[in-house]
This record gives sequence, C-alpha cells and structure tokens, in this order.
Amino acid sequence: MDETLSVELRGLVKQFGPVLANDHVDFQVRKGEIHALLGENGAGKSTVMCMLSGVYRPTAGEILLHGKPAKIHSPKDAVKLGVGMVFQNFRLVSTLTAAENIVLGEARPVWRTRGWMVRKTAEIEALALRFGLGFPAGRAVWQLSVGEQQRLEIVKTLYRGADIIILDEPTSVLTPGEADQLFATLVQLKNEGKTVILTTHKLKEVMAVADRISVMRKGKMLATLDRSATDEREVARLMVGQDRQEPKARKTRKNGAVLLEVNDLVVTGDHGRHALDGFHMTVREGEIVGIAGVAGNGQKELAEVLAGLRTWKAGTIVFRENAWKGASVRHSIEAGISHVPENRMKSGLAGSLGSIDNLLVKSYRTPARSKLGFLRTARNRLWSQGLVEQFEVKTAHIDAPVHQMSGGNQQKLLFAREIHQRPHLMVAVHPTQGLDVGATDGVHNLLINLRDEGKSVLLISEDLDELLLLSDRIVVLFGGRVMGEVTHEKADREHLGMWMAGVV
Amino acid sequence: MKSFRLELDPSGRDSPWWVTVLAVVLAFALVAAFIALTGKDPGAVYAKMLGGAFATPFGITETLVKAIPLMLCGLGVSLAYRIQIWNIGAEGQFIAGAIAATAVTIYLPGLPGWVALPVMLVAGMAAGGLWGLFTALPKVFFNVNELIISLMLNYVALLGLDFVVFGPWRDPKGMNFPGTPPFTDAQTLPLFGDSRLHFGLILALVAVVLAAVFVQKTRWGYELRLIGANPEAARHAGINLKGHIVLVMLLSGGLAGIAGMAEVSGVAHRLMYGISPGYGYTAIIVAWIARLNPFGIVVSAVLFGGLIVGGYSVQTLGLPSSISSLLQGAVLFFLIAGSILGKVRVRWN
Repeated sequence: MDETLSVELRGLVKQFGPVLANDHVDFQVRKGEIHALLGENGAGKSTVMCMLSGVYRPTAGEILLHGKPAKIHSPKDAVKLGVGMVFQNFRLVSTLTAAENIVLGEARPVWRTRGWMVRKTAEIEALALRFGLGFPAGRAVWQLSVGEQQRLEIVKTLYRGADIIILDEPTSVLTPGEADQLFATLVQLKNEGKTVILTTHKLKEVMAVADRISVMRKGKMLATLDRSATDEREVARLMVGQDRQEPKARKTRKNGAVLLEVNDLVVTGDHGRHALDGFHMTVREGEIVGIAGVAGNGQKELAEVLAGLRTWKAGTIVFRENAWKGASVRHSIEAGISHVPENRMKSGLAGSLGSIDNLLVKSYRTPARSKLGFLRTARNRLWSQGLVEQFEVKTAHIDAPVHQMSGGNQQKLLFAREIHQRPHLMVAVHPTQGLDVGATDGVHNLLINLRDEGKSVLLISEDLDELLLLSDRIVVLFGGRVMGEVTHEKADREHLGMWMAGVV
Repeated sequence: MKSFRLELDPSGRDSPWWVTVLAVVLAFALVAAFIALTGKDPGAVYAKMLGGAFATPFGITETLVKAIPLMLCGLGVSLAYRIQIWNIGAEGQFIAGAIAATAVTIYLPGLPGWVALPVMLVAGMAAGGLWGLFTALPKVFFNVNELIISLMLNYVALLGLDFVVFGPWRDPKGMNFPGTPPFTDAQTLPLFGDSRLHFGLILALVAVVLAAVFVQKTRWGYELRLIGANPEAARHAGINLKGHIVLVMLLSGGLAGIAGMAEVSGVAHRLMYGISPGYGYTAIIVAWIARLNPFGIVVSAVLFGGLIVGGYSVQTLGLPSSISSLLQGAVLFFLIAGSILGKVRVRWN
C-alpha cells in the first residue's frame, strides 16, 4: 500500500460554546486506503469529518491534504481540494432527477438544453458504472431507494472530482443487504485509487471492510490500528474506555414491587421498519434501570411509547398493575410517568416563553394550578419562584425567555418540572447531553435522590460511564431487542461494549 | 481580505419592537419618494392625510367606522397566527358573514329589532366560522396548506356575493344597482348620535377584551401560547393540536363573520357589490403590526382606518386614494422583511 498521506490532521480543536467537541485530534489517512473512524455517538467523529469537508472551521489546529497545508473555509473549498462528503442525511432535492441533482450548482452553461441534459445523464451513468454504482440517473430522487440515493451521493462526489471520499455513518440508513453492496463499492473505489474515510459505531462493519481503524472517545483520538493486527475485543475495549469510576454508596431497595412490565413489544419507527422488535423488560420500584445502546436501536421509540407519544403494534405494557390499551400523553402523565426528552429545546421547553409557562407544561390542568379553566396566575408565579429557587435555576428573571439560559439551567428547569409531578417512573433520555461537569453532577444527584425516595428511573444513555455510575441494572438494546442484561455488580465494560456493537 | 457570511440565527427569537416602528417609518419614507415623483410635497400630503383622518369629528368617526371591521378581522387572524395557522381568509369569512346576516333579512323579514339583530349576529358569526372550518378540516385531516385554501375560499365567497347581489337578492326597485333592498330599522345596528359610527364598535371592543382575557388568563390561552411557541413541546404535554386548529379557525372565521354582519347592518344597510374594500387583507397587517396583542390591534386598526380615510382626503390634492393601499403594501413589505432579516446574523470571517 502507498505510504503517502492523503489527509493529515494536526492538533485539531473544535469548541462549541462550553463544549469541547474535539480535543487536539491527530489523524492520518494514507492514500488509497479505507479508513474507519470509530467511536460512540458524541465521541466527535462527525465533527472531525465536518471540519475536513468545510462545514465547520477548526478552533485551532492544522489540516494537510496530500502533504500540503489546506485552507478549507467552506464546503466549496473542500470540493475544489478533492474532498467529497456523503452526509448521514442526504443532501438531495427529491423532485429532481438523480442526474439533475448531480449537476445542480454547476455554473455553466446558463441555458441547459434538453440535449445537454441527455449528454450529462449519459456521462453520469457511465461514471457510475465504472465504479459499480448503478442507479437510474434519469429518475426522480423520491422514486429511488435509500441505497440508491446513497450511491447517487457517492457519484456526486466523484463527478465533482473528489479523490478523498468521506462517508458519515453510511450504514445507519441501510438494510444489511444494501450495506454489503456499499462495502463492495468502497473496495471498488479503493481499487480505483480513491481514499475512503467512513465513520461508524458498528464494529462488525469496520472489521469487514476497513484497512485501518482509528478510535475516538469523548473528543480525543485514542489510537490508530491496522485491522490485520487487532481484533473486535481490543477495538471494543478502546471504544468504551477502561477508566472505571468508584460507584457511590447506593441504597437499592432489593425486590421492590414490579412497577413496569413490558413484554414482546413491537413498535414501528419513523422510517416504517420495526424500531422495537420483541422488546421486554421489567422495572421495579426504587431502582434505576439503564438502557445502553448506540443511538437508533430503538431507545427513542421506547421512551416515546412510555410517554404516550407513540403507539405500539404488538405486545403488552403493564404499569402499576394497569395494562395499557393505547398511547395517550395525558394518560401517561396522570399515571405518574415523567419524561425528560432527548432534545430539551426541541420537545421539552418552549424557548420563547418564560420560566412560569415552561414549568406549567405538565401540571397546568391540575386544580392547584388552574380553576374553572382559569390559570391561578398569582399563585403559579409564587410556585414557580419556589421551584426555581429550590432547583437552583439561574435565570435573569422568571419571565425571561428560557432560551437565554444556559443548557445546564434549562435542564434544571426541566427536571424541576418533571420531579415536581411526583412521578412513579422518570424516563430520562440522554439527560446530561451537552452539559458541563458541574451540571452533569447536578442531574446525577437528582436521579439518585429520586431512586432513594423509592421512585424508579429509566435512564436512556449512550454514555457508559454514566450508566455504570447510576444504574442498578443495565439493559443493552441492539436492533430493537434486548442484547443482554446485567446487574450493577456484574456489569463489565467489555461485555457491554460488545453487546452495544451487536456482537454476542 | 475581510469577508463575511450570513447565518440564520436558529434560536428563533422575536425581532425587537423597534423593527416594527422602523418598518412603518421606512414605508412612509418609500411612499414619500413616490409622492415626490408626482411633483407633490410629501409633507403636505401626509399632513392632509393626518388631518382628514383625525382632525375633525367627521374624520374621527369615519376612521373608527373603518377600524371596526379591521379590529374584528385582525383579532380573528391573530388568534390563528398565535398557533402558526396562516389564515389569510378573513376577507372570505367577512363576506360569508355579511351574506348570512343579509339572508336573515331576506328570508325572515318581519322579525322585531331585538330578535332580528341577535339572529343576524349569530348567522354572520356561524357563516364566518363555517368558512374558517373549510380551511381547518383539510388542514387537520389531509395536511393541506391553509394559506392556499383560505386564499382560494376568499374568491369563492366573493363570487357567492356577486351571485346573490346580481341575481336572486337584487333590489327590484334599485335601478339595476347590484345590491339587496335596504334593511329596515329593525335590521340596522344603532348609531351613535347622528354620526355614521355604529354599535359594532362596542361589539369589537367586547371581543377584544374577551380575547385578551381568554388568551392571557385561561388554560386554553396557555395551550395556544405553548403551541405557538413550540408545537412539539405542546405535543409532549398531551395537548390535542388538531382540536385546537379546528376551534381556533372556527373562532377566527367567526370574528370576521361578525365584522361582515356589522358592516352590512351598521354601515351599508344592505348587502352590495364590493361590500369589503379588502378589510380582510388589511387585517393581516393590522394583526402583525400589533404583534398579535389584542389591545395592540385596537391601536393598529384605528391607525389603518385613518390611513383609509386619509387616502380619501388626499384626492382633493389630485392624488388617487390608492395612496393608502400603497402605504399598506409598503408597511407589510417592510414588516416581513424586518422579521426575516431580524433572524439573520452577519458573521465576519
């Protein structure tokens, strides 16, 4: 293999507000190899790729392409330098044909005659064929399968002259058959002398297709390994880390009564496939159950079903000895389930409203907050002030829009609201995502306090450290099923990592 | 070399209040340039407009007469805009209300005053609400864009109006004038003194106060606020979005329907061709200038009523009254530009 470097990153740093997404990343890709960048969600892989393709600009550090320092200020610059990126969510215009999507953005000619388009379509089809990337170039994008759309995106980069092709989580949208086809394509690209970089969190794929593997965790680049000189076990260990924190003293109630029992649950996801497929679990009173797994394995759908936001196709849900008949948010709220959603500003809080209105979201129907359809305005203001003080939410003014608060304070406000409901079960989805260390500890203490009061928590997280620190039991989800379950005492990072990657 | 790029601010915060003021100022400045091009003095023209609309008792009552339908229609569309339903069909809902109120006078001519007026009011409100429902139901069940339906329904209502006033309801003694027979005293709203100002003003102000109370004090108003600020958060709170859309469009249309009833019963005293000089469209600007605040709508409705009346008074200077349409359009243009540009941030590289 060629030893010259296509891409070299030196000490790359990217900071988003208080969050350090990339911490002095050094990364080298050889010409003509398939290089896999591996890491959990939030490890910083996509950020690195976005800087390489000009979407973000590094806060500090240097990018070298073909040994020369490169100034990549915009995606246009990246294209000029021969870097093409295939995003996880495709950048396609669904009503245009495949060929039209590819020539989109081309400067000339101004007048595009029918003949010109026919010639271009033929040219594109020939290019696609050369790399074994067949798709009907004259057909509208909305009529193409997801796999075909992805091939179209790859051809688009080739058409624009890319010799370094980046694929961000390319298999997350594909069926297993389509994924195999993609790997064959990647090998073909390599044989044609192209350099391929792909990010993924699926171990098996990496072992199947990559020449070299780089592992990232929490914004740092840990190691680069030759595939031939490593194995799944070593990579998994690197990916999830080894530093184990001392667990705090825990007051688990042994053998609490069964609070929630889910059996054979089948739930259809947004893309029409089964997001949960025969899922089962039990939550007892006074325990924190952690749901581990890489995003997109059914965690989101599980949380939504329990919050009453999503219906299920088959299976049973029994909560406090009541069998649920259908999905209803009000029913879930009244039954005592509180929900800290994944994206607090998207679905948890209303950014342009003040603290009072945001605190009222779940409780405004109760007699304490409203009477005969009228809100008890004066009383609600006092109540909100009390909660804001109790949960130490720092806000300029109680009526100030909550989007002005820091992420940590927004999350505190959200927790204040959800805990005030006196829930029997709290479903917390990535509750510490994007928070700094202090705010993370605050959230952890709130969850532990709930447990110590005899309430239960379903903690959905991708952060193994967090799960190991807090959970009494950890259930690992993969492909909508329970891959494995382990108690706190017996939890072992290596096994969890293997389960999360879908390896038994 | 220093270069810059434009970025959208994703936080979606409201533009500050001075953007509204700036929009109005810029609109007047732009139209001043047009006036100057005609060889007239813009200052004199604006002074004449202001005088015509607000300086005499006649001007003031005329301004208020125009403000009544603007207030009611503006209030109506503002309710829909609160939950991000872009109802631009107040014009059609107004006409539907006017037709239904007139239908009462045609088909139940003998009713005494204390029965006729309430029946006309209810009929107007119901017809406007029905027109709003025609927009809401396709939106809720088939996710059809409400902008398109509500706009197209305006033309349906307008053609319906033309049909009745040129056809079956035309006054046989009207010498081919496209209008219904004049209403009887029992069918007309009481007037204030000997002015043209009618009881509709009370209706409009009551509606404003009710809307303000409901929007600010009730659970329903809170739900609207939450839906408007973040529909996804409202869904997570178990709020029925579709039910709210239907109810709000019923009310939105109903208010415009009341305006239509008040116009035929209080001002025109008959249904006639061109009963609305575009009140339903002007109401959209009225609502936005007021930032959807009910009391703000009272102020902006009076201002725009004055604009219409002022437009008539500059005719003596040899300018067409469409100068007020020009101003309205310019205000809307700058308002929209302001709210979009307010979200853009200039980033220096």
